[in-house]
Amino acid sequence: MTVPPLEESAGFDRATIDYIQRAAASGLYEIRGLGAKRRVPHFDDLLFLAASLSRYPLEGYRERCVTKTLLGTRFATRPIELAIPITVAGMSFGALSARVKDALGRAATELGTSTTTGDGGMTAEERASSKTLVYQCLPSRYGFDPDDVRRADAIEIVIGQGAKPGGGGMLLGQKVNPRVARMRTLPEGVDQRSASRHPDWTGPDDLVIKIKELREITDWEKPIYVKVGATRVFNDVKLAVHAGADVIVVDGMQGGTAATQTVFIEHVGIPTLAALRQAVDALDDLNMRGTVQLVISGGIRSGADVAKALAMGADAVAIGQGVLMALGCNSDSYVAGGEHVSALEDYARLGTAPGFCHHCHTGKCPVGVTTQDPALELRLDPAVGAKRLKNYLKTVNMELTTIARACGKQDVHHLEKEDLVALTVEAAAMAGVPLAGTSWIPGSGD
Amino acid sequence: MANLKPVPTAREFDLAHDSLRELNAFLHKQAVDEGVSQIHVRNPDGAHSIAVGLNAEIDVQIHGHVGYYAAGMNKYASVTVHGNAGPGTAENMMSGRVHVKGFASTAAGASAHGGLLIIDGDASLRCGISLKGADIVVGGSVGSFSAFMAQAGRIVICGDAEDALGDSLYEAVIYVRGKVRSLGADARFEPMTDTDRAAVKSLLAQAGRSLDPAEFKRVASAKSLYHWHADADQEY
Repeated sequence: MTVPPLEESAGFDRATIDYIQRAAASGLYEIRGLGAKRRVPHFDDLLFLAASLSRYPLEGYRERCVTKTLLGTRFATRPIELAIPITVAGMSFGALSARVKDALGRAATELGTSTTTGDGGMTAEERASSKTLVYQCLPSRYGFDPDDVRRADAIEIVIGQGAKPGGGGMLLGQKVNPRVARMRTLPEGVDQRSASRHPDWTGPDDLVIKIKELREITDWEKPIYVKVGATRVFNDVKLAVHAGADVIVVDGMQGGTAATQTVFIEHVGIPTLAALRQAVDALDDLNMRGTVQLVISGGIRSGADVAKALAMGADAVAIGQGVLMALGCNSDSYVAGGEHVSALEDYARLGTAPGFCHHCHTGKCPVGVTTQDPALELRLDPAVGAKRLKNYLKTVNMELTTIARACGKQDVHHLEKEDLVALTVEAAAMAGVPLAGTSWIPGSGD
Repeated sequence: MANLKPVPTAREFDLAHDSLRELNAFLHKQAVDEGVSQIHVRNPDGAHSIAVGLNAEIDVQIHGHVGYYAAGMNKYASVTVHGNAGPGTAENMMSGRVHVKGFASTAAGASAHGGLLIIDGDASLRCGISLKGADIVVGGSVGSFSAFMAQAGRIVICGDAEDALGDSLYEAVIYVRGKVRSLGADARFEPMTDTDRAAVKSLLAQAGRSLDPAEFKRVASAKSLYHWHADADQEY
């Protein structure tokens, strides 16, 4: 007699049963770090149509391909000039250690790009190590200081974040050490939950005035960015343009977080691919392409992703999780005294393993990236981290120029939508490019 | 010596003719460079962002009503508004003194880290929201959600408070003399101590008021929401 195969329910699979039973046992929702784990249409679903008879390629190893990127040319008298269109996304001191912030600054500076502060203020380390530093103005205003406004190279007003649009920041008590608490004016060890709304303005009409205040304070020198989490992107981008933004940052749902409710990470917001299309459409609708620059973020990993983002109309990208992984996030070891030391037992103590870890919220990062623990943070040597990150960003940039040259572009910003096709109907519809092998763009009416 | 002219220590801007940009640029740099210690601003006519981002010990007298963010992010300076103030007056102030002789709109002193904000009249909604260490003295009453998520600092309210006073407070302390329509989540009345009475007396004196500190009640955080497990029951 044969045993019938075990049949797992599609609706109530093991993961769902585990979720229900954990909720039943604890009465608490899950909080975790990093970004959405579910599969959503992404840049992987696009391909390039490189040069052939109808297009003329550049010599891949010989001909110049420009990567210089200007941000903030609309109103600021001192726009940002970057050597590459790949920036480091905003991540807070608190979520990350001061050593990590230092490493980000060193690597970005060596490659001629920018880093960004986060919810928790500007550290002296990151200001010192970052040639170009974007200073975030968040709803919490933790550590927000006019001296830092003056020290910054650009100001980024954060309306929302891709991992949790509509939600405020969160930093659990184990990461609120004395320095973090002091910078945020909070009691040490408190579970910090930031406001989701700015304290001194509400709505787009007020934002116009807020941006002008920041311009007056900075004597109209510094670019003002506005960052939105990807939801109603078309309208949000138009409103941000009307409010006077120089640069708009759109963060898709795959964007990372140091700590957010899982239900938020997985179920709120739209994919980066769809968000980018809507953002570009909004700029086109206002005839503002090239006047207001667009930075896209949320799950950007490789030079291919960057090239596709630029081809769709972004001026630059911002990378967060990829940057952390370059530093060692989810590695099985860390470097101490020039030797690789296994971190597997530390992962196991967190109930996870390299490749699966999202325990940034615990502050017990086995490789010393997302921690404030004095012992754990030593596992990331800023010099080593900076070298690894520099290598990663350099690789991404080389991949970008490789694709651009193959498409016949002397400047990576010349990549265009016409260079792209989609692998799936969903991606074709979201990105507004033809399904590969056809001229069909779902939803275009053609 | 005959060629040396005396340096004027006061300067006047008339916003009916001078631009806001000229005013703020002067306040940021030339006022210090030229040793001008007092600046009068005429005809503000509700303009936004007057005297924002000041970073020096200068005295700015604004003769009329101002719009949003007057004296925003102030550091060191003394700014007096001889009129009413729009939203976000003295937002993110770090130090110095801002005195509104009339009424203040929403979010007065929002997220201010230091210094003293005095409002002779009433203050609207969310006065002292996200306060981070500054002191605020309101001669009149405050609107709903005042001191929302206030983290540090002191707010003295000589009149009444509307709904949800001190919602989600951290370490800031509120002293209120009149009626409180309702307290916000995690805010509670606490007994006044000698230290509290001394603080109220001192702040009232700085604001030019002579009320009896014994008439004030103390509102502070019950601290039951400091840790995440608390919101399992949605206590907000």
